[in-house]
Amino acid sequence: MLGGIDPVVLIAALMVASVPILLAAIGELVVEKAGVLNLGVEGMMIMGAICGFATAVSTGSVWLGFVGGALGGAGLSLIFAFLTQIMLANQTATGLALTLFGLGFSSLIGQGYGGMKPPPIGPVPFGPLADLPVLGKILFSHDPMVYVSIAVVAATAWFLKKTRKGLILKAVGENHDAAHALGYKVVRIRVLAILFGGALAGLGGSYVSLVRVPQWTDGITAGAGWIALAIVVFGSWKPWRVLLGAWLFGGITVLQLNMQAAGSWLPVQYLSMSPYLITILVLVVMSADRSRAAMNAPAALGKNFQASR
Amino acid sequence: MLKLEKRASPSTFWTWAAPVVAVALTMVVGGLMFAALGKNPFVAIRTIFWDPLFGEFAFYFRGQLLVKAAPVILIAVGLSLGFRAGIWNIGAEGQYIMGALFGGGVGLAFYPAEHWFIFPLCILAAALGGWLWGMIPAILKVRFRTNEILVSLLLVYVAQAFLASMSLGLLKNPEGQGFPGSRSLAQYPATANPELIAGTGIHWGVIAAAVVVLLTWVLLDRHILGFQIKLAGQAPRAARFAGVSPSRLVLLCMGVSGALAGLAGFFEVAGPAGQIKIGFNVGYGFSAIIVAFLGRLSPLGILLAGLLMALTYVGGENASTNLGLPSAAIQAFQGMLLFFLLAVDMFTNYRLRLVRRRVA
Repeated sequence: MLGGIDPVVLIAALMVASVPILLAAIGELVVEKAGVLNLGVEGMMIMGAICGFATAVSTGSVWLGFVGGALGGAGLSLIFAFLTQIMLANQTATGLALTLFGLGFSSLIGQGYGGMKPPPIGPVPFGPLADLPVLGKILFSHDPMVYVSIAVVAATAWFLKKTRKGLILKAVGENHDAAHALGYKVVRIRVLAILFGGALAGLGGSYVSLVRVPQWTDGITAGAGWIALAIVVFGSWKPWRVLLGAWLFGGITVLQLNMQAAGSWLPVQYLSMSPYLITILVLVVMSADRSRAAMNAPAALGKNFQASR
Repeated sequence: MLKLEKRASPSTFWTWAAPVVAVALTMVVGGLMFAALGKNPFVAIRTIFWDPLFGEFAFYFRGQLLVKAAPVILIAVGLSLGFRAGIWNIGAEGQYIMGALFGGGVGLAFYPAEHWFIFPLCILAAALGGWLWGMIPAILKVRFRTNEILVSLLLVYVAQAFLASMSLGLLKNPEGQGFPGSRSLAQYPATANPELIAGTGIHWGVIAAAVVVLLTWVLLDRHILGFQIKLAGQAPRAARFAGVSPSRLVLLCMGVSGALAGLAGFFEVAGPAGQIKIGFNVGYGFSAIIVAFLGRLSPLGILLAGLLMALTYVGGENASTNLGLPSAAIQAFQGMLLFFLLAVDMFTNYRLRLVRRRVA
């Protein structure tokens, strides 16, 4: 079944394929660690995808495109922050609203961008390192965003584990009443976390439309945001495990695309189901183990906070 | 300084005023969005909300209203049961597709036979298809505590891929010159779901929606099960002490909402859509989420909200042909509606109080 698929090429490709879900999942991880469940990842990603695309096409700079994408995602997440933190709206419903609105609004902005090409992004010039056998292809042949995404994972892991601010963020997510009593600004911290999550989801979305595909079509993110949400559960709210999860799903995506191209005995439609089915399977396995599932979930996840005093 | 104060019990006034205020706010901000698109906002709002009801071609649009409202209401009523009990089935779009495939598939298996029982059989199969698809997240939730939000949503993508494979394979019209898509269900008399009274848009799906609204109202207001559903949502602990089994509620709510979505799917492919083909599903399963909230999760509210949602669909098409307003604008408009509802809803549970800042 694997005939004709070079494992080195596969590993290199899965690292690229996993970037969007990795960025979105790391953003969502921080949001959830602050005790907020934002189900609008898909909406923020697709807003990032179109904002990034539009910015890159009109400025001619792929880097400004990424900035635009992050701003687009953060902008949409601001609505979520306002509704859930100030207006105390139900987080599940608001997250869904974000996704429904994002899908419609992105396609509205995207009118007229169909068929255009974004400015290209080249690999980082590692010089002779890129020519190393095997390792060169896997480690030193990628565009800068691949390395940025891994750096984001490292920075997030360090922030949550080693810094005082990270500790406060986690305290807010575990018990907002206690954090409030200690004098921490629960709402402000959560709003900042939501904005960070939105920016990373938008960045991930813009990577889809600027590098992965690269063009604009309606609904381009195709459920990547939901897979990112599942990966946070899979990674049991730990950054490095989230990276592992993203690579796993990147690998499945690349593998099924390769099998489609190679003309497998399975029809194309069944292959394209596989990332979603495997996500479900992984969710089941993770949640079936009661001790593991409960271990790392923030205690105040999805609960709204209102200062009574 | 303004301060929020929790109400002892939700305000009845705001429960019903919130949707109205939300619709008004959406019209204002939506109007600004239309203006940004270079359209006259007043003309656009009139084209969407007034002309289909009272304009020159209202006789055509009024029928369309029920055609669009029926599936959304049918699905939303089912979803509202779960939402009340804190069970989040957001994959109705997938259950809708599976219902269409099961119902349509059974019907096409009989082609070209003519029997009276084919149509009822299709309806049963459609309910079964939607029910099965809804049972997957339900059983996983009950058995393994898997998050039903993610599973039900991910299954939408699986159902879409399955729909594509069926349209190109098993259910493809053998006489269709190789085009994807099934035989016409609407032109096969045994499965057709025609307009029953000319000009009204009433088909079997509309009747089913009306019946379901009534039954659900009775269930929630008069039956112990309805009470248990409401109790489980408002006070989960009390519900457990009262002997309400959470697992049973999950299976029931997901199953019912799945079956109703499946029914809606079959009525659509056998009537307005006409055949099973890629993309016949236009997102009613997602709009139904908005409708369920806008209708305050109550059957009668959903009836009204569903009609309003249908108006945005019909009016949106009208605005798209007459004003060149992109159809995506309507989708954004619908999403905005939910935003405003969620924002205004704060006044249902909280009141704003002006308090003077005191020196500590």
